[in-house]
Amino acid sequence: MPVEVLMPALSPTMEKGNLAKWVKVEGDAVKAGDVIAEIETDKATMEVEAVDEGTLGKILVPEGTQDVAVNTPIAIILAEGEKAGDAVSKKADVAAKAPAKPAREQDAPAPAETPAAPVSVSTPAPAEVAADPDVPEGTEMVTMTVREALRDAMAEEMRRDEAVFVMGEEVAEYQGAYKITQGLLQEFGARRVVDTPITEHGFTGLGVGAAFAGLKPVVEFMTFNFSMQAIDQIVNSAAKTLYMSGGQVTSQIVFRGPNGPAARVAAQHSQDYTAWYSHVPGLKVIAPYTAADAKGLLKAAIRDPNPVVFLENEILYGKSFPVPKLDDWVLPIGKARIARAGSHVTFVSWSIGMTYALAAADELAKDGIEVEVIDLRTIRPIDIETVLESVKKTNRVVVVEEGWPQNGVGADISARIMEQGFDWLDAPVTRVSGKDVPMPYAANLEKLALPSVAEVVEAAKAVLYRG
Amino acid sequence: MPAVAKSLDNSSTQATPKGAAKGHGSAAFMTPNQELEAFREMLLIRRFEEKAGQLYGMGLIGGFCHLYIGQEAVVIGMKMASEDGDQMITAYRDHGHMLACGMDPKHVMAELTGRRSGYSKGKGGSMHMFSTEKQFYGGHGIVGAQVPLGTGIAFANRYRENGRVCQTYFGDGAANQGQVYESFNMAQLWKLPVVFVIENNKYAMGTSVERSHAHRDLSKRGLSFNIPGEQVDGMDVRAVKAAGEKAIEYARSGEGPFILEMLTYRYRGHSMSDPAKYRTKDEVEKMRTTHDPIEMVRARLLEQKSADEAAIKKIENEVKTIVNEAAEFASHEPEPDPSELWTDITR
Repeated sequence: MPVEVLMPALSPTMEKGNLAKWVKVEGDAVKAGDVIAEIETDKATMEVEAVDEGTLGKILVPEGTQDVAVNTPIAIILAEGEKAGDAVSKKADVAAKAPAKPAREQDAPAPAETPAAPVSVSTPAPAEVAADPDVPEGTEMVTMTVREALRDAMAEEMRRDEAVFVMGEEVAEYQGAYKITQGLLQEFGARRVVDTPITEHGFTGLGVGAAFAGLKPVVEFMTFNFSMQAIDQIVNSAAKTLYMSGGQVTSQIVFRGPNGPAARVAAQHSQDYTAWYSHVPGLKVIAPYTAADAKGLLKAAIRDPNPVVFLENEILYGKSFPVPKLDDWVLPIGKARIARAGSHVTFVSWSIGMTYALAAADELAKDGIEVEVIDLRTIRPIDIETVLESVKKTNRVVVVEEGWPQNGVGADISARIMEQGFDWLDAPVTRVSGKDVPMPYAANLEKLALPSVAEVVEAAKAVLYRG
Repeated sequence: MPAVAKSLDNSSTQATPKGAAKGHGSAAFMTPNQELEAFREMLLIRRFEEKAGQLYGMGLIGGFCHLYIGQEAVVIGMKMASEDGDQMITAYRDHGHMLACGMDPKHVMAELTGRRSGYSKGKGGSMHMFSTEKQFYGGHGIVGAQVPLGTGIAFANRYRENGRVCQTYFGDGAANQGQVYESFNMAQLWKLPVVFVIENNKYAMGTSVERSHAHRDLSKRGLSFNIPGEQVDGMDVRAVKAAGEKAIEYARSGEGPFILEMLTYRYRGHSMSDPAKYRTKDEVEKMRTTHDPIEMVRARLLEQKSADEAAIKKIENEVKTIVNEAAEFASHEPEPDPSELWTDITR
């Protein structure tokens, strides 16, 4: 029976890719292991190999096609004696029976399938009120991915200041493990875009030492999971030296990289460090959601004279948002953004937590519930004033985060609201967080371990005392 | 013969063939003026540390306090080998390094007593002092953590092509930390201008090198990175200076890092609260009487008639005055204002 070749998922978070080139033409004989096509993902160009022996019977997706969804049939391979028109077997292709889509996509369809749409643009009336006050009126907006925004932020700051340099694993010649540093080596050279050995503890300490001496390093962790190797240098050396030196020695340094669960990479590669780093005086901690915030806040972080932990999210890298077209788009650190105005209940979130919060707000709007969604953007120093102002209006709060619940950011926000806004509360502050378990690998378990839109909706209804 | 004295002798024979300074070879030569300077600077550290020990006993200094007594020749010899603008970074046995860098003894002592005019406004203490003016980068409390930091300062030197060399000190204990080897690798990979100075005083707190190091020649710890290393008699300031000059010149010329293992000895315990029961009194006494870095210089000065007793006495009195004034100052300065609790957290 003819076998379909499906568009493969070539990274844990890939949802679609471009069919760059067919290496074989229709009628060519292929055997398992032969390269038949080249696929471009957002990170790299990869070769696709045949897994069956036969003849390339029909090419279903011509080369040059953009945005081919994972699992789309792209070609048919015929066994001996078969014709292109014969019925197709799906059994032979492993990809066809595997749950190839990341769990979170099934979980939160709304944000994931409207990539260019933060709520303020895609939904009408209520969101208009919450236009980001930091954008000057009449500014032209350009659509770009979070990935591009981060790269542009670094490139702009490197052009502006000779002391800024980037270091980390695969940042230069490989162009970044997640392609955030793409093109930087070509523009700035190997002196300022430094490939390090796999040596987090060492290169983090080296970066801090360079910062003591007045340089402004941007240290990339391939993922923040690996920063635990280096956490002593971040906490004991970077965060504390200004204090211990009586204000003499500064560490103007940014530690950045993807943080939190990606997709299907299991416990050691799926952890949220927001609470860990935001515990430490001397550090600033930023976790943006939109591309505009990613750009404006990374530029601010690079200019900030303090050590800044800049937590990105792999799932958000490929997501597009409108970004103000300004020569120098810098946002204030420590200021939350009201992503969506509402009067019935307040959602507080940041980074990828915003996808659940915004999707849940859309759901609840159908029931006439108006949610105010606050994107903290900076976790330390925390903009609790904006949260308290919202509490005064809605009297109910749900905090949404992917991190673990115990001693989490949500726990801290709950405590602060209790201490500073108790009289305004009509219901207990409620948390929707990642479950208190190491991240499992299986798709269904991973989905269960993460927060869900349904849980956020349920929490909102609970604090509103609605069944 | 005690193990310590023995290995010091070993070091001499190993170092000499490689051209390191030792004994009376021309490389280890010091002019009478240099010997006098070394004498004065080492004596200042010795007396300062003795005074710090006293103040600790009086309760004026708290917490951890690690004295440098016995190791003075290391930092003074290295300082004499360096140029203005070269940086220095070390761990928590750091008072000697600060004095060697020219930091004011009054303000160092005031930091020890936790007063507002201390180098860190009273917020760092014995283990955490810095002077950007004197290019002293601390003062670090986590064993080995200063090694990547010093390597990073050297990285900045290379980035700026400023011709500076960073002296990065650590002890025999830190020599077993993983981040030291991560630093060695990057320093050699990028040819960073750093001299790694291992102050091997034989004991990592209470654990002797014999009990904790698979191979005891720490100068060879850079071998697999192709970093040259030498053992040096760290009790002989002339040998230290000569070896330091060679290593610093090597690093400054763009050749990359150099490792100097200084065989030295601390007379006091690891910290003030250490009774040092892991070694014999005889071992300590032997070092004091036969290898004391200061007494050896004093004897040479007198023997070579570079100075007479009166000149030596004058130096001793000057040093005593400096130290007494520092102690007086540090005992009477006010504590930090309570508002200092909330300053310098972020800038």
